[in-house]
Amino acid sequence: MSVVGVLVRREMSLAWARGGGALLAVGFFAAATVMLPLALGPAPARLAAVSGGVTWVVLALASLLSLDRMFERDFDDGALDLLALGPLPLEVVATIKCLAQWTVSGAPLALAAPIVAVALGAKPAAAPMIFVAAGLGGLAFAFLGGTGAALALASRRGGVLIAVVVLPLLTPPVIFGGVAIENYTSGLPWLTPLCLLAGYALGAVALTPFAMAGACRNAQS
Amino acid sequence: MFAALANPHRFLAFSRWAAPILAVVATGLIAWGVWLGLNVPPDYQQGETVKIMFIHVPAAWTSMLAYACLGGSSFISLVFRHALADAAAKACAPLGAAFTGMSLVTGSLWGRPMWGAWWVWGDARLVSVLVLFLLFLGYLALRASIDDEAKGARAAEILALVGLINLPIIKFSVDWWNTLHQGDSIMRAGGSALAPVYMTPLLLAGAGFSAAFGAMWLVRIRAEIWRRRANSLALQAALA
Repeated sequence: MSVVGVLVRREMSLAWARGGGALLAVGFFAAATVMLPLALGPAPARLAAVSGGVTWVVLALASLLSLDRMFERDFDDGALDLLALGPLPLEVVATIKCLAQWTVSGAPLALAAPIVAVALGAKPAAAPMIFVAAGLGGLAFAFLGGTGAALALASRRGGVLIAVVVLPLLTPPVIFGGVAIENYTSGLPWLTPLCLLAGYALGAVALTPFAMAGACRNAQS
Repeated sequence: MFAALANPHRFLAFSRWAAPILAVVATGLIAWGVWLGLNVPPDYQQGETVKIMFIHVPAAWTSMLAYACLGGSSFISLVFRHALADAAAKACAPLGAAFTGMSLVTGSLWGRPMWGAWWVWGDARLVSVLVLFLLFLGYLALRASIDDEAKGARAAEILALVGLINLPIIKFSVDWWNTLHQGDSIMRAGGSALAPVYMTPLLLAGAGFSAAFGAMWLVRIRAEIWRRRANSLALQAALA
């Protein structure tokens, strides 16, 4: 079996085994959206108006959840040192870790997002769009979040620090995805924002591994 | 010039006189610009509140200049591993955050009488400056939370560069988002078609703010160099 295959299997099983895996992200996502009607009042018109946007914001927050364990566990038990010595460059290791993170947080959330949005009053016809946007956005969230997690390795403060560092960087995907969903629901052109979102996500996939690898090497030095 | 200044001794010798000169120039330019600014005729639309512009716009310019300086220093420090560039980046961030905060506060004060609201989400510039402020805060938080100075420096550099690449995209995305949502706010009467009576004090104050930033930056870099020297001397004394 190739080295990449072994690493993918390792990261997948770690991501899915670690503390509830996908259930945790989806649970948080559902619980946070339940708070919304409780806070805003149950009027269907009001909820329907904000359903797409709120789903999108809670999605961004939910994707922050398990970030602090992405690199920290391997850093603490020395596995990251072994990976750094191994045949694959750390850039590739970081990419695989982020993809594993995406399967455990981005992909299940993309499945849950249309259900939650429709429950809040979004049109069921918007469901496919919300699914696609959430999947693409989740990719950007995973890679930028991974960058924050790798940067926070040296600090041992994890959680909140990652959120403070990462959230401002998430402005573009939140805007593009929010507009794509909004436009699709109201019958406006939605292809441009969706393409911008896809472009941003792919750009993050291409560039952030270098930042992550640099941050890991820095924490190890 | 930069190669010569990369030597801390030469930098200290240079900044010893450069910082006070810049400070004097900054004081003069800001005083001149603000004096002219206070005496401009009231704008036909904005009335007396137009005078806020002579503080607000220079602060916003300087905040962008500060992020460019932060990104540039971080890049030099990351590529050439030069301690002085790291000191420069560290010294720059709180200044940048302060100028960004100043621009947000003055913009808000201007918005209350003009827009009838302290904050209007419909204005793209407000939102992108707010995100810039958050980027500065993230940089400061990361730097402050890492105890090991060398590691903190490197992590902060990487973040600054990620932010530098992301900043134009953020600016674009917010502008683009705003054009979709426009209509709520009263846009300012043509920024480019500014009458000379307003333009002159604005440019004077802008140059003054930049010079003030330069002076404070130099002083802070000097302080950082001295702090590091004091630390290493204390370490030597403890080991002796």
